[in-house]
Amino acid sequence: MARSAVGVIFTNIQDKNIPELSSRRTMASIPFAGRYRLIDFALSNLVNAGITTVGIVTQKNYQSLIDHLGSGKDWDLARKDGGIILLPPYSNETDAPYKNRLEALMGITGFLQRRTEDYVVLYDGDGVSRLDIADVVRYHEETHADITLVYRKTDSVESHYYITLDPDDTGRINSLQINPKLDNKKDINLYINVMVVQREYLMGLIQNAVQSGFSSFGRDILAKHVGSMRIFGYRFDGYYAGITSLSRYFKYSMEMLDKDIRDELFGARDIYTKVRDSAPSKYIAGAVVKNSLISDGCIIEGTVENSILFRGVKVGKGSVIRNSVLMQETVIGSSVQMDCVITDKNVVIRDRRHLSGCEELPYFIAKGKML
Amino acid sequence: MQRKKECVAMLLAGGQGSRLYALTNNIAKPAVAFGAKYRIIDFPLSNCINSGIDTVGVLTQYEPLELNEYIGNGQPWDLDRTFGGVHILSPYQAKKKSSWYEGTANAIFQNMGFMKKYNPDYVLILSGDHIYKMNYAKMLQAHISTGADCTIAAIEVPLSEASRFGILNINPDGSIYQFEEKPKAPKSNLASMGIYIFTAEKLYKYLQEDDNDPNSSKDFGKDVLPAMLNAGEKMYSYLFEGYWKDVGTIPALWESNMDLLGADPLFDVADPSWKIHSRNPLAPPEYISETGEVDNSMIALGCEIYGQVTNSVLSSNVIVEEGAVVEDSVIMSGTVIKKGAKVLYSVIDENVIVGEGAVIGENKENAKGITVLGRNMHVSADAVVESGKIIDKDYKGE
Repeated sequence: MARSAVGVIFTNIQDKNIPELSSRRTMASIPFAGRYRLIDFALSNLVNAGITTVGIVTQKNYQSLIDHLGSGKDWDLARKDGGIILLPPYSNETDAPYKNRLEALMGITGFLQRRTEDYVVLYDGDGVSRLDIADVVRYHEETHADITLVYRKTDSVESHYYITLDPDDTGRINSLQINPKLDNKKDINLYINVMVVQREYLMGLIQNAVQSGFSSFGRDILAKHVGSMRIFGYRFDGYYAGITSLSRYFKYSMEMLDKDIRDELFGARDIYTKVRDSAPSKYIAGAVVKNSLISDGCIIEGTVENSILFRGVKVGKGSVIRNSVLMQETVIGSSVQMDCVITDKNVVIRDRRHLSGCEELPYFIAKGKML
Repeated sequence: MQRKKECVAMLLAGGQGSRLYALTNNIAKPAVAFGAKYRIIDFPLSNCINSGIDTVGVLTQYEPLELNEYIGNGQPWDLDRTFGGVHILSPYQAKKKSSWYEGTANAIFQNMGFMKKYNPDYVLILSGDHIYKMNYAKMLQAHISTGADCTIAAIEVPLSEASRFGILNINPDGSIYQFEEKPKAPKSNLASMGIYIFTAEKLYKYLQEDDNDPNSSKDFGKDVLPAMLNAGEKMYSYLFEGYWKDVGTIPALWESNMDLLGADPLFDVADPSWKIHSRNPLAPPEYISETGEVDNSMIALGCEIYGQVTNSVLSSNVIVEEGAVVEDSVIMSGTVIKKGAKVLYSVIDENVIVGEGAVIGENKENAKGITVLGRNMHVSADAVVESGKIIDKDYKGE
C-alpha cells in the first residue's frame, strides 16, 4: 500500500493531441469505453494503491470534469483528510493561468507543502491502463530514486510532446530525450506520463526552477540534470492506451471489444466512475447486437455491430451502426446507416442519414450537433 | 426552536416473504433483486426522496444483514442527511422489556421514539414489497385538504381478485365507512395498498391503545384501522392510478420483471422525471459477442452474452456462454450459464452456476410452473431440472 503517497493528476497537459475531443473539456474528462472518463483510470489506479489524497490540477474548460468528480465519493475520495482536492489555476503575478507543467507545479506548491506524505505521484490523465501504482512506489523506495519515470516499450509514437528514456541494466536513466526523431526506430522506451518523486525533493526542484527562471520541467529539469539526479525507469508491460489523437482514440476504443484487454482492465471490477442511476439497457424485439459494448440506459431497436455505446444512447428501428463510438445520450433516428463514426455527447442523427468515415479518419461529430 | 419534519416515513421491511421460497432463504423480501439492477426496496425509497420525504425509518427483523448493508448510509438515494435521512430500525432490548416486532402496528409502536424525535405532523407508513412509482406528496396534500386523521392509498383491482386484499368501502366523497380484510364477498374493488398517512398525534394515540389491548394482533389492517373507524375518526381513501404490483410470489415477481420489457413497457424504470435510485454495480458495459443474440430483453452492466437471450431480464455480471439459451427468464447477478445449457421460464438467483448442457425448466407453453434456483448453487453438467421445481442446493440430476 502506498499510504505515504499523494496523487496529482494533470488534466489538461496533453490537450493539444486531440483537439476534437478536448476543445470543450479537459483531456482527463474525455469519455472512454462506454461509461468512463480517462481520469477514472488514473483515479482508480491511485485509489487501488491505497492513496487517499489526489490533487486535480486544472487549467481551463474544467466544468465537465468538476461535474464528473462531484465530491469524489464514487472513487471513495470524499474524505475528511484529503480526498479529491481541486487545484484550479492560481496566479497573483501574471494574469494568465499556467502554460506548462512547471508553472502548474509552481501553482500548487501550497498544496504540496501542506501534505505530509513522503511521495508524490504525478499522473497525466491521458492514458488508459491498470497500472499498479503501489508497485511503482515500492520500486521507487527500493531504488532510492529521486524520480521514477514509468515507461513502456513501443514501436511507434504519435504525440506532440514525448520523452524517450535510456535505462541501464539497473533501471537507472542516464539519458533521456524530448521529442527525438524516431525514423522507424523499434523498441522505444516511451515515458507514459506517470512519475513518482519524493515530495520534499519535488518542492526543492520547483523552488530551484523558480530561482533559475526555468520554463520547462522536461527540458530544464529532467533532460538537463538527468546525470546528477537519481532517475529510474519503471517498465510497465500491461495494456496501455495513450490517447494521443482521434484516430488512436478510435483504435483504442475498438480494442475494448477484445476480451483479453477488457478482462485485464475491468476483470477485477475496480475501475470506478461516476454513478448516474441509469436504467439497465433495453434490447427491443428485432434488435441485433454483435461484438459490441453497451452501457446502461441504452434503448436499441436497430442493428449495432463492432461498436461502443455510451450511456443513454438510442438506436432507432432499421438503423445499422457499424464500427462506431456513440457517446452519452446520442440519439440515432430510424433507417440511419453509420460506419466508422464517432459522435460526441448529445448528438442527434435524423432518420435516413448515411454517414461514414474510415478507420484512419473516423467521421467525428461534435458535441450537441444535429444532423 | 425544535427542528421538525413535516412528514416522516416508516417502511415495514421485516417480512420474511415465505412465498418467494428459495429467493428469501437468507435475505429479507425487500432486498430481493428486481429489474436487472434494482432491489424491491429501491422503489419505496426512491418514491420517498422523489416526493420530498427525506426521513425514513426502515423496520427490519427477518435476515436483515444484506438489507442493512444495501441501505448503508442511504447515500445512493440521497438519504444521507445530518437531520433526517434513512435509518435502520431493528428490534432492540429496552430497560423494562425487549421483544421482537409482533405485528406491523407493534413494529411502529416500538419505534415511537424515532418518530417523535422529528416531531412530524404526519407519518407515512409504507411496505417494502411492492413495485410502483408514486408521488406521496400528492397523497399528503389530499390528506391535509380532507382534514383526515388517516388516509389509505387504494387501487382498483379486478373484482374477482378483491378477496385477496383489504377492501375499502367508501362514500362518494372518498371517506371510508367500512374496512374489510380479505372479504369473501367483496362489496367493492377498491384495494388498500398498505400505504397509510396518519396525522401523527392520532397514530400515537391508537398505537398506544392497541398496545394496551391484550386481544389485538398488533396489525394495522386487522386492528388499528378498524379501531379508528369504529371510534369515528375521519378516514379517507386516496385513489392511486398507475402500475402497482405486489411481488410477494414467484409468478408475480417474474411477471413484474417482464412488464419492464418492450419499447412501450407496462412499467418504465427509465422515466427521467421519476428516477429509480439504487446502488450501482462496479462493472464495465455489457458485452454482446459475435455469437450472441439478445432479443426483447433487459441486460445490466458487466454481463457477457455469447449465447441467445430472449424475453429475459439479466442483472449485472451474468455470463451466458456460447450455445446457451435463456428464454422467458429472470437471472440475478453473477450467475453463469455454461455452454449449451438451456434456461427456460425460470427465476435464477445470484451466483448460480448452470453446468454445460444442463436444462432448467421447460418452455413457457409446456411448463408446469416457473422453475426457481436459489443463490450460490451449482447445477451439474447435463442435469435436468424439471419445470416448476424450486431448488436451493447443489443439484447433480435425478
